[in-house]
This record gives sequence, structure tokens and C-alpha cells, in this order.
Amino acid sequence: MKHLISVQELSREDTVGILDTAIEFNRVTDGGTKMLPTLRGRTVVNLFYEDSTRTRISFERAAKRLSADVVTFSAKGSSVSKGESLKDTALTLNAMGADMIVVRHPSPGAAHRLAHAGWLESSVLNAGDGKHEHPTQALGDAFTLRAHLCPGATDFAGLTIGIVGDVLHSRVARSNIFLLGILGANVVVIGPPTLLPVGIENWPCQVSYSLDAHLPELDAIMMLRVQQERMNGTFFPSELEYSRTFGLNRKRAKKLPEHAIVMHPGPMNRGVEITAEVADSPRSVITEQVSNGFIVRMACMYLLIGGDLSVA
Amino acid sequence: MSLNSYLIEGARPYGEDVQDIRIIGGRIAEIGIGLDPENLGVVRAEGRVALPSFVDLHTHLREPGREDAETIASGSRAATLGGFSAVFAMANTAPVADTAGVVEQVWRLGRETGLVDVFPIGAVSVGLNGQALAELGAMAASAAGVTVFSDDGHCVFDPLLMRRALEYVKTFDGVIAQHAQDPRLTQGAQMNEGELSGILGMTGWPAVAEEAIIARDVLLALHVDSRLHICHVSTAGSVAIIRWAKEMGVRVTAEVTPHHLLLTEDFVSGFDPVYKVNPPLRSRADTLALREGLADGTIDIIATDHAPHPHEAKDCEWDSAAFGMLGLETALGVVVSAMQDVPDWNWRTLSDRMSSAPARIGRATNHGRPLAVGESAHLVLIDPDQGHLVVAEQLASLSGNTPYAGMTLPVSVTDVFFNGIYQVKDGALNV
Repeated sequence: MKHLISVQELSREDTVGILDTAIEFNRVTDGGTKMLPTLRGRTVVNLFYEDSTRTRISFERAAKRLSADVVTFSAKGSSVSKGESLKDTALTLNAMGADMIVVRHPSPGAAHRLAHAGWLESSVLNAGDGKHEHPTQALGDAFTLRAHLCPGATDFAGLTIGIVGDVLHSRVARSNIFLLGILGANVVVIGPPTLLPVGIENWPCQVSYSLDAHLPELDAIMMLRVQQERMNGTFFPSELEYSRTFGLNRKRAKKLPEHAIVMHPGPMNRGVEITAEVADSPRSVITEQVSNGFIVRMACMYLLIGGDLSVA
Repeated sequence: MSLNSYLIEGARPYGEDVQDIRIIGGRIAEIGIGLDPENLGVVRAEGRVALPSFVDLHTHLREPGREDAETIASGSRAATLGGFSAVFAMANTAPVADTAGVVEQVWRLGRETGLVDVFPIGAVSVGLNGQALAELGAMAASAAGVTVFSDDGHCVFDPLLMRRALEYVKTFDGVIAQHAQDPRLTQGAQMNEGELSGILGMTGWPAVAEEAIIARDVLLALHVDSRLHICHVSTAGSVAIIRWAKEMGVRVTAEVTPHHLLLTEDFVSGFDPVYKVNPPLRSRADTLALREGLADGTIDIIATDHAPHPHEAKDCEWDSAAFGMLGLETALGVVVSAMQDVPDWNWRTLSDRMSSAPARIGRATNHGRPLAVGESAHLVLIDPDQGHLVVAEQLASLSGNTPYAGMTLPVSVTDVFFNGIYQVKDGALNV
């Protein structure tokens, strides 16, 4: 595998392989090894066309922990509005000898274009392309789910995962729905029809407009962020109505099975899609998702641009 | 050998019985079997299909304003190589073709090039802004004699402006060519709205955004009894609405592009913006409905929506890329490819949809005439058995944004006569 653009390119074996590699990295770093020499001499460029401090830092840390040379390239604005085109940036980075480009871009398919348009030879790792995909987020979430619900399992058969909220605009939801499908989980997508994409009834998931109806059957619930710009009254009447209908509060959390975990890709709107009480409760694994995302990113970088794991 | 006088030997007019065609002084002088070549230049056309040259009611020639993408001269070369004798040049140039001055300039540049007749289309509204009527009468009365008006690229969204435009052009037998796209339902739209747009995370362009405008406009055209033409129909629902409107007696005509007949949205999944076009490539079911509608006459014509763009406008990420694809040089091959298995489709129907019907809608009286004695010698010879590979760099257009590059199209335009001038010979410009 040279690029990681979409989870839909992964097989179940690929996915389990990434998760197992991540476990190895977790073991090594838990054992106190701070720096691995795996990618020494390799250059990883973080090319970010959107503000995303969390994801950028996670990738930077992952690359540095593997001893790669890390260059962060923050390019604001699209190629049309101002500045250099994506292609020219790609040619520049290629000339610099980048081994891997980690790209975050507002346009769906931008990572795919970088990988396949013939502009560069580097590996491309998609760190979020518009509303399309965010594969390492989904892999990190799969890592978290596996650790809590089925350690060591090679599939997620028998697990029921709820994904709640704005699926229409969410690359995290897309990657999660398809990756969980690949792993054989039963996925229930819940949200107002205005925030569900056309055609979702043909995706590998159940679709529902009622959160309450599904709570007792969920092994895990992922709450999606409601973005500020969706709250202007055209997707749903008000923040309060959204919160009343689709927000995860204490009362709803109580209806979840005892073992069920609560997830959120962050950043959260406390009080909108999730109350502070639930976000900070023992069943919340939200901060673990952050550290697992980091570990999984290490695994993906290692698997994409090689290096020798035995030195770890 | 007299100038512009030829004997075409052994061609099959409309793909039917073999005939010889004598051209003298820009007109068809004789059609028959075993004609004596006398002292004329002989064009051997055994196995070739002869048709009246094509007429494109929807072409973007980009001049004035974007001469880096196409000029009237380069677009005319592309048109004649594609077998066209007339093209209607869309108004969305810079400056916009919304005054007599601009349309006359386009018309004159077309005349100077002289390879095809270039008929300028006038804008419906000043600056294509959808607010105030452009000087439709002045453009109609100009040397360019504009009969077709369109804000193409933009929908005439204001129903009152649309009503008045439809009414106003009745004074000179004009037609309003509507780009049917509800702008509110297509904000930020990038591709057909459906299962695939959901998976790819692209903002969808729903079929209803086209169909709702067509439904409104056929009712307006019925109400004011005026001529309405629908540009680039792309959905099965639009075909059904137009079929109903025609049954109701609405004076509506409609066009479909070659690319909407052949290509589907599935091409978008590779994120290559060469497939980005407006209206977007639709589903398989839509292409099948369009083919059926074209064959049964619900859709009157094929129009290319030839839309050249410079390389950089497509060599980028999808969202930033321009909408549009080339069409003139590949139109015939793509149409033949798309329609080959459709019942009731033959060279006669193709000729009607690509030649006589578009000429009639655009009131281009000297074009789209039958292959008959006394008619202007605008004719095209086609090798129905000789496919050709599309190579973007070899096209006459200044731009290379063709989605057919690398594809082999099933037939080839071999020879083209324009007003009796032997303009394309063996698939190349004959200069």
C-alpha cells in the first residue's frame, strides 16, 4: 500500500493489520521508548489547507516519534482564491524529496488527486478531504472500539455502533460507517433527515431518525460535532431543538447498556450534541480516541513508507 | 476544373442507396447514379455516408475575453472538423454578448474566419445578471440577426423576467434558450446528487433543480404562447416534463449533449475534473431516458455545449476546477456510440437531430436543408466503419479538456463541404 486515501480501499485484513501494528507501537511506547528510529532520514510533509490544530499536531507527533523529518506547510485559501495551486505545491514538495504528504484539504478528492494526478511520487496520506473521508480518524476509532469491546478480534461481528448527528457534512462519519462495515459491525446512523446524505439507505448501515429507539441496543455511540454554520436554522430549527432530539444527555446515557462506550471525534460542542456530564463520565472514551488516533497514525506512516519495525 | 465544383462518387446519402452528388458553385447541382465527372474534381466516397452538415445550437467560443481557451477561429476549425456548418455562439463572453456591438463583433469574426457560419446568441439579461432585459431587439435587428437568446451558464431564475423575455422575443420570432438550474437548490453543487455524491462527500446537484425550472417555464411559455428552448436536458424527469408539455401544445424544444447521452456520474469517482460539467453527468437511468427521448423526438436536437477551458482550469482539485468539456470534434462519434443500440435510430434521425432541427430552432434558413438539388452544398461524408482514437493534443480546439481522450469513437468525419468549398479532406483541414 502506497497511499491511504479512503477506507473503502482497505480490506478487512488490511484494517486488522493496521490495528495490530498500532498495538505493537502502543506496546513499545508504553514500555517507555519515546523515539523510534523507524523513519529516520525520511521526510514527512504535513500539508494543511484547513485549520486543524488537533489533527496537525497528532500527525506531527506521530512522524516525530518515528524520527522522520517533519515539515508543516499551512496553506490557507483554495488554489483559486489566492496563492499557489495544489499542483504547484505538489511539484514543489516533490522536488524537496518528500517521502510522504499528509494532506488536509477542503475539497473532496484532493488527496486522491495528489496521489494519482502524476504530480508527485510521494506517498499520500489523507488527513481529511472535505466531506469525503478521514481514514486515520476511523482507524483510531476502530482501535478504541476493539480495545474496549473485543480485544484482539479480527472482525466486529455482533457489535452494534450508533453514529449520531450530521453525517451529511462529516468525513469522520463516512470513514467510520464504511470501515465499520468492512469490519462486519452493525452500524445504526441516526440524525435528522436534513443532515443525512441522499442515498444513505444503500450504505452498509441502518438509518433512523430516532435516537431513543436505539439506545438500548448500542455497544458504542459516536456523537458527531454539529458545526456552527449548520445552526443557522436551515438544517434544523434551533440548537435547543437539536439538542433535545439528538443530544446525548445523562437521561439518554442511562438507557445505554452498561458496557457501552461514548465516543466523539472532537472538538465537542458541550451542551449541543453531548452534555458535559456525559462527555466527562467514566464511559466516555473521548480522550482515548485522541491518543489512539496518534498511535494509529504512527502505524499508517510506518506501513506506507516502510522502515524497519524490527529496530523498534 | 471549376472552383468549388466536385463530383462525389458512390456516397450513400443518409446511409441509404448509393448515389453520386454533383456540386457546382456552392450548390448541389445533381444527384444520381453513374454521373459523368465531366471536368470536375472527383471525390471517391465508396462506403461513406453523406449527410447535410451539422448545426450546433450551443457552443462556447470564448471570444471575446478568453482567447487563451478558444477563439472564434480555432472554434470554427474544431466545428468544421466535427462536420458542422453552423454554430451558435453562447453569450457568456467577456464582455457579455448583451448588446448589438458585441454580437456584431462575434458575427464578423466568424465571417472573417469563414469556415462555418457563426450565429451569435444574445444574452437575455444585461451582464447575465438576471435582473434587466438586455437589448434583445437591437441584437435581433443588428447585422448578426440574433434569434436565440440565452443567459446560459446562469438560469433566468426570476419568473417575471423569464415571462417578459418570452413575450418580448415574439416580436421578431426569437426563442429563449433556458439554462434550467434553480440556483438555490444547487448552491455549491459539484456533481449529480445521488448515492455516489453522498459517498464522495460532494455537494449534490439534484435533478429537481433542473426539472422544477423546466416545469415552470413550459407553463410560462404556454401562458404567453412563445417559443422556449431548454438547453442541455440531463434528467429522466426533464424528458417526462417536456413530453407532457409537447402533448399540451407548448412550443418547447429541447437539446441534449453528446456527453449526457454517453457518460454517467460513475466517472466522477476518480475525481478527475475533466468529467466536471454543468449540468453534471447523471445516472445510467437518466442516460437511457435521454436516448429514448432523443429517438422519439421529445428531445429535438443534439447540441454540444462545447466548453473549452485552459489546462490549469482542470489540472487541479475537483472543487476548484471549471465546469465544461469540449464537444465539437467528438460530437458525431459520441452520438453514434451512445445511440447505436437504440430502436428507431438511423442516419435520418441523426441528421434531423444534428442538422435540420437545430437549424429550424435557430432560424438558420441556409443550414440543415435536405441533400437535394438546388440546396446549398453544406455536406459531410462519414466513414461509418472507421473508428478513430481521440487524442486531446491533436484536437483543433485551443483547449484539451475532452473526456474522450484515449477512447476510440466508432465513426469518423472524413470530408466536409461548406458552401461547396472542400474544407475537410480525409479528416484534416484542406487548405
